[in-house]
Amino acid sequence: MAGGEGAEVVLRLDGITKRFGALLANDAISFELRKGEVVALLGENGAGKTTLMNILFGHYTADAGTVEVFGRRLPPGHPRAALAAGVGMVHQHFTLADNMTVLENILLGTGSLLSPRLDTGAARAKVAKLSADFGLAVHPDARVGALSVGERQRVEILKALYRDARILILDEPTAVLTPQETAALFETLRKAVELGLSVIFISHKLNEVMAISSRVLVLRHGRLAGEVATADTDRHRLAEMMVGAEITAPKLAERDPGAPLLTLRRVTTARRGNAPGLAGIDLTLRAGQITGLAGVSGNGQAALADLIGGLDEPASGTMDLTPPHHGDWSPRAALAAGIARIPEDRHRTGTVADFSLTENAVLESYEAAPYSRKGWMDWAAAEGFARKIIDTYDVRCPGPSARIRLLSGGNMQKLILGRALEAGPKIILANQPVRGLDIGAVTFVHGQLIAARDRGAAVLLISEDLDEIMALSDSIHVIYEGRLSPAFPRGTKTPAELGIWMAGQGFDGGADAA
Amino acid sequence: MRLEPIANPTALRRFGLPATALALTVLVASLLALLAGANPFATLGLILKGAAGSKFALLETLSRATPLIFTGLAVAVAFRAKLWNIGAEAQLYAGAIVTVLLGTGALPLPSALLLPVIALAAMLAGALVLLGPVLLKTRLGVDEVVTTLLFNFIMLLFVSYLLEGPMKDPMGMGWPKSPALEKAARLPRIVDGLRLHWGFALAILAAIAVWVIQTRTTLGYETRAVGLNAEAARFAGIPVGRVMVKTALLSGGLAALAGFSEVAGLKGNLTLDLSPGFGYTGIIVAMLALLNPLGVVLSALFVAGVFVGADSMSRAAGVPTYIADILTATALLTMVLALRLTRARIRWR
Repeated sequence: MAGGEGAEVVLRLDGITKRFGALLANDAISFELRKGEVVALLGENGAGKTTLMNILFGHYTADAGTVEVFGRRLPPGHPRAALAAGVGMVHQHFTLADNMTVLENILLGTGSLLSPRLDTGAARAKVAKLSADFGLAVHPDARVGALSVGERQRVEILKALYRDARILILDEPTAVLTPQETAALFETLRKAVELGLSVIFISHKLNEVMAISSRVLVLRHGRLAGEVATADTDRHRLAEMMVGAEITAPKLAERDPGAPLLTLRRVTTARRGNAPGLAGIDLTLRAGQITGLAGVSGNGQAALADLIGGLDEPASGTMDLTPPHHGDWSPRAALAAGIARIPEDRHRTGTVADFSLTENAVLESYEAAPYSRKGWMDWAAAEGFARKIIDTYDVRCPGPSARIRLLSGGNMQKLILGRALEAGPKIILANQPVRGLDIGAVTFVHGQLIAARDRGAAVLLISEDLDEIMALSDSIHVIYEGRLSPAFPRGTKTPAELGIWMAGQGFDGGADAA
Repeated sequence: MRLEPIANPTALRRFGLPATALALTVLVASLLALLAGANPFATLGLILKGAAGSKFALLETLSRATPLIFTGLAVAVAFRAKLWNIGAEAQLYAGAIVTVLLGTGALPLPSALLLPVIALAAMLAGALVLLGPVLLKTRLGVDEVVTTLLFNFIMLLFVSYLLEGPMKDPMGMGWPKSPALEKAARLPRIVDGLRLHWGFALAILAAIAVWVIQTRTTLGYETRAVGLNAEAARFAGIPVGRVMVKTALLSGGLAALAGFSEVAGLKGNLTLDLSPGFGYTGIIVAMLALLNPLGVVLSALFVAGVFVGADSMSRAAGVPTYIADILTATALLTMVLALRLTRARIRWR
């Protein structure tokens, strides 16, 4: 590798400070990036990674501090200056036009507005060369809308390279990839540093940071908490630097599967926009088991969650509950059947932001005594319930009458968890229950799910984080294009093997259908 | 530019900003008075005197505020659920039509029985007028702003037809007006000889009732949940469509009470100029009150006072009454902005 001590400094951040009201998002952060190295920027959600990169890229202006690229200071607040200086950013959420071809997307914004047509010949040759040099195989005339997520990411990288980026910033690039696609991405990054580029790799996934970076910068609460050479550290020590405390992995005691509480047979649901519906799945949730649902996001997880949560009905096939359910299937019916739901998006679906904790606590139960009688609310009873959740689930808040908008994501999730678990559910539908939470809250939520399982509840854990699924599940299904793999008991599949299923192989005719 | 929330606004912020808004409103009025060639202090003084300077003026203001409280409540109730009812005008006329239908001898009942029956029937009519648009919204996703707004014109033309045709007063010398209500169907005056009638008391009662519904009942809780976050409400099992319909029925009913109270309390018959836009002014009243039902009473009194005061000022000082429209508009804009800024500050970068 060309990088390392003594190589040319291509990027220098000096004393970057940014304040949002009372929150110090970045506190005097300084570091250098050298030619030919991959530096990982590691930190929990809210540690200040994205703010720092937005400042570097000119989307925010820092309250103090300077950014230097190739020895020249960047004027603050000008994204074009960063681009022109050779900084390219690949965002977590892609910025591509679905209805245009790969080549058109790459050229978008590079040509003069006044020239009547694009000189595609030269551009095509340049893209072809970049594709070959960096191992970014993608057909230039394919429509972006028809590409897989991994291919779209390649287009994003090509877009940056086409503009002669010498510094690549990738923001959580693996969040949407299968393990195999991640391996291909890492291959590209290795080629890039061999060719003298420099890479900032933003992530909170420790094994990826260990695999790809030569140096790790750890951010915690807006501060640079540490800087180590990757060779001198390990996952465990990185995790401790990230959290600032020792962490323990969740423990799952052996437990025999209980009676089936929910059984889906050949269930299909309608397609919804771009996301597939369910395509004839069989699934059994058993008492005292955590069933993990792995899969790349957007493969029918939402359809399954909506079905079990009462927001959708099977178009064909059957859903059987124990004891059997009769009548319309709705959120209320699901709640009455003892299904607790932790929704994917706690801000949009889980809570009403401008409601108090009390009002949010009874959102699912306000219609019954003791919270209301004959149409009249009993706010004292509702507040008592909120206080109980606050105490039992350690929700840090000013009090039950505070608006839930003021709470951190972790505390919001604890309230939702408390609301769901206090009803004594038989089935728990946990959709991305720890996304965006800090490690303390993650441990708490996982502990509660395991405790519910040990009490005999059936848990369906939906997550895009394979590590989480493998740590917590008694058995694992992979979902792909609305189809479900067979159940893999705990410990029978490696991450790589599950990755193959996540990419759609192994399903009947799966590889072709993809 | 973005807004940064303030968790605990200082007293200066909480009282200073609304006071500034009021000062700005007065300033605009003064400039307009100057522009019309009058002394601004005298003009403002005359408005104040015309609105509350005598027993007569005060009662006139209360009387003018009555329909505005009803329409303001109607709008506030609907807007809480993010149901944009711009059609209080149509619902008001529906209430007025029913009042004339039942109050001109159709029901041989004593006054104490007849008035509640008419009021309830009027509410039902107003509710039904809003039922169509709200069902179109919840079932087919048709924008209720358009349907409720256009319904106002349909209703006005329908009233025009009624007054030229089946409901025309045969003794009316050809004027397009309905026959007068019988004595039993009239709301009595609170003070003999002055225009203030029991409709005002009914309006106050309605405001308290709406406040109780919003803060103490499951329907009020559901309405607020649907208005603040319909997706979360649906997920939690709140029947969003049904809540919308119930809210609409309440809103339409309240607006119709404005029509009932104006006909039975003040005018005694139905004409095409029964409402000088009470339905639309109700939107201003509700917004100025930040949709708080008790606040609606205060803001209706303010708006009514400005209009009554400006009428009287205009006769004395010769400044056009349009100053009232500009005053209420300025007050609305500055006050809403001021109240927003008590809870957030602007960051320019």
